[in-house]
Amino acid sequence: MHPAWNGFTTGAWTTEVNLRDFIQKNITPYEGDAAFLSPATPRTGKLWEEVCVLLKEENAKGILDVETKKPSTVVSHGAGYINRELEQIVGLQTDKPLKRGIMPKGGVRVIKNALKTYGYELDPAIEEIYSKHRKTHNDGVFDAYTDDMRAARNSGIITGLPDAYGRGRIIGDYRRVALYGTEFLIADKKQQLMHENLMRLAGKLIGIREEIQLREEINEQIRALKQLEEMAQMYGFDVSQPAQTAKEAVQWTYFAFLAAAKQQDGAATSLGRVATFLDIYFERDLKNGVLTEEEAQEIIDHFAIKLRIIRFLRTPEYNALFSGDPTWVTEAIGGMSESGKTLVTKNSYRIIHTLTTLGPAPEPNLTVLWSNQLPKHFKHYCAKMSIETSSLQYENDDLMRGYWGDDYAIACCVSAMRIGKQMQFFGARANLAKALTYAINGGRDEKSGIQVAPEYAPVMGEYLDFEEVYRKLNQMLDWLAQLYISTLNIIHYMHDKYNYESLQMALHDMEVLRTHACGIAGLSVVVDSLSAIKHAKVKAVRNETGLVVDYKIEGEYPTFGNNDERVDKIANDLIRLFMEKLEKHRAYRNAVPTLSVLTITSNVVYGKATGATPDGREAGQPFAPGANPMHGREHKGAIASMSSVAKLPYEYSQDGISYTFSVVPKALGRDESDRITNLSNLLDGFFHDNGHHININVFDKATLLDAMEKPELYPQLTVRVSGYAVNFVKLTRDQQLEVIHRTFHESM
Amino acid sequence: MTGSVHSIYTGGMVDGPGIRTVVFFAGCSLRCLYCHNPDTWERSHGTFKTVDDVMGEVCKYRSYYKFSGGGITVSGGEATEQPNFLRALLTACRAEGIHTVLDTSGFPTENLANEILPLVDLLLLDVKAFRKDTYKRLTGSRIERPIQTLHAAKRLRIPVQINYVLVPNLTDNREEITEMGTFFRGFDNIQKIEVLPFHKHGEHKWAELNLDYQLSDVLPPTKEDTANVLHMLTHS
Repeated sequence: MHPAWNGFTTGAWTTEVNLRDFIQKNITPYEGDAAFLSPATPRTGKLWEEVCVLLKEENAKGILDVETKKPSTVVSHGAGYINRELEQIVGLQTDKPLKRGIMPKGGVRVIKNALKTYGYELDPAIEEIYSKHRKTHNDGVFDAYTDDMRAARNSGIITGLPDAYGRGRIIGDYRRVALYGTEFLIADKKQQLMHENLMRLAGKLIGIREEIQLREEINEQIRALKQLEEMAQMYGFDVSQPAQTAKEAVQWTYFAFLAAAKQQDGAATSLGRVATFLDIYFERDLKNGVLTEEEAQEIIDHFAIKLRIIRFLRTPEYNALFSGDPTWVTEAIGGMSESGKTLVTKNSYRIIHTLTTLGPAPEPNLTVLWSNQLPKHFKHYCAKMSIETSSLQYENDDLMRGYWGDDYAIACCVSAMRIGKQMQFFGARANLAKALTYAINGGRDEKSGIQVAPEYAPVMGEYLDFEEVYRKLNQMLDWLAQLYISTLNIIHYMHDKYNYESLQMALHDMEVLRTHACGIAGLSVVVDSLSAIKHAKVKAVRNETGLVVDYKIEGEYPTFGNNDERVDKIANDLIRLFMEKLEKHRAYRNAVPTLSVLTITSNVVYGKATGATPDGREAGQPFAPGANPMHGREHKGAIASMSSVAKLPYEYSQDGISYTFSVVPKALGRDESDRITNLSNLLDGFFHDNGHHININVFDKATLLDAMEKPELYPQLTVRVSGYAVNFVKLTRDQQLEVIHRTFHESM
Repeated sequence: MTGSVHSIYTGGMVDGPGIRTVVFFAGCSLRCLYCHNPDTWERSHGTFKTVDDVMGEVCKYRSYYKFSGGGITVSGGEATEQPNFLRALLTACRAEGIHTVLDTSGFPTENLANEILPLVDLLLLDVKAFRKDTYKRLTGSRIERPIQTLHAAKRLRIPVQINYVLVPNLTDNREEITEMGTFFRGFDNIQKIEVLPFHKHGEHKWAELNLDYQLSDVLPPTKEDTANVLHMLTHS
């Protein structure tokens, strides 16, 4: 046994890559309260202060600095530091903090435009290489897109597709590097390459191309692991061997994550589920008397600082979709084991405590895996931190454990996957509200009048008939599902071919489950529209070309968000309907289609691109985020709204159902202690009733209005949007207003 | 059995223990100057609902009640002014094992109090003033209601939480508050006394209803004043 493993309980994990087994055999669950936590050390205070100065400058300029000459790879840049004297955990994406790298393999025009936005110019040599000699992912995709796909993309019925930016959403099992060292992992990969292994697997592969692809990829993975070793050496560390101390374990894990962030710039680069894993190292060091609690917190604080300054270069179009410079360094915290013991450890507290030691922040995207069985002290601690910082999101561990076991993490916002055993082909989302207007208009776009979908018969009558509209919507969704899956096939075929994430995939098993992560936007708009058509009278207003461009509603209708079965059932049926259509189509690499109800901040952009809808929403108005009811249409208070969302079927939307909840502090209870208990109980109720995900915001509208006027006073004001958190002051004005207009639950 | 209900609101967390569904009855004969729900004054402004209708809504949120120790809070309007409907609703809650809170300014008669209070797990009693003239000026009504309700609750051993709204220049007379505090000492069933600082959140509703809001110029009391009054009420 490796000497670095002294003191650990052995098991299957000692001879095979098996993180779950290691955790289960060695975890020290913690059921106590937060009293053991230490405040920030002076060194942490100084370091964070220095970073804050840089962040302020970055905020003023848009980006602080960017590389223009050297494409980013795991080893493209030498060691970089913020302040070498102070940093306990080291490593930067480039040679300077907050200096962004460029990754032209995704598409060189995108890089060029992004640089131009901020007043920089791409080195002509790089432009030449990636436009003349080396094809990019973006070029590959557009070579294969059909006219249909281009039209759907332009009209916005399918948008946000990762065809001009990295797909992301892949979670490398970064813990493996700390536990095993790269030497062990490379040996494992070499094993995988051996002929008999591949032959055994060949039965599962469709053909020769797949087998060749796999062999090439495994060799790419081995190369990436060697580069990771080389990168660590630049900082004076040897990651070929397992980490020996808690500090090394954090450093190794971070190096692995950092290497991924140097190699790819995917939309979401989750960290995984590292806190509890690392706790095993902290416990060992604390027990051996070689580490104090103060030092433990310092290590975690410095790790969190590094995660807070991960940056990617983005275009303005991208920023409009995903506002506030998010990177989705999502860390899943807590949860329960299948055996019934909690996975909450002291380190679960330490990582959340960074919101106190360093103040609130959107990254890392701290995600609590909530179970009714979580220790009560931990539940209350989380609730307290939500009330103080609005920086946490919660997902239903009791629900997800049944699907994904007890060693899954969250990709991006809400998408669960078994760590190192599963990856997804990110598919952004289809605009269901537009699908509805296309159904009404016979496939013509309600804004441009262009025939985007097939020329089906439009709705002819003056008043919309529910049966007719639903039948046509059903037909339109057939077309959309087929087109959507085919589009994703092309994107991910090309992404694998031209922009393969070899470092992240090196930290996976050879056989991974792939999902085609489809999504929908505008759920509550479509559901309310259908409810209006069914329960009230909706008159179609046509323009001179016969296109329905507006709707007049006569009478009242039940709206989504009031726990009213008459309309909530429409939502359930619709999700199931679309999911079942997606499943019918063949997917690249046998990916299994899944669905999310999630918009990120794109609900504003999608709304802008969508004409008036039969629910009475005016053209251009934002959709509600994720699975939220439309603003102002919840009449029965907080729990009714939560209940409508909790009923949405996870079975048919396994990529996640995002709900954002905003409440004013006073409505949570009369004093702090009541508020904490009530919020904790609220979460218990929501998750018991099968809610999947919830963002919790606790503040008054007045705070947000003040922050709009005086942003300089609120540099760290953090708000949860759909599946992630942002610095409020970094949102566009439109998005700030949208957040302010959302329903804030108050007491009556 | 039907009653006039103004609205049902889920997620109440300041209306009794835990997370509660608040059922607002329509209709109240008091005309309190600071009322923040004047839209619930007229019974005709409500919707007629059966006990089953209301219970159908209330029972949807059992998991929240279970985790939080919550339940139903019947409020208004003035729930005790529809006594038959109130009795039927509370009886149904009892049958379903749902914790009941009644938020009231007092039963119109002592008989009704004696009859209905045994169905109540916690009484939130709005004691608006202690002197007849203050009470009359504030509510337009006579003061017997809260006092006789409090006595009935004591006899029936129903726990009570007193709510007192502090309005500068209206309900902040120190002597009156001290008298009231002394009076409360005679009730061992009073579990808690809350002083709620006056606020104007309901002012816009008065305007919408074309009603004349007389407290526009009154400022909310300071935190200090509020704390002082609470001290007087609990230490007299």
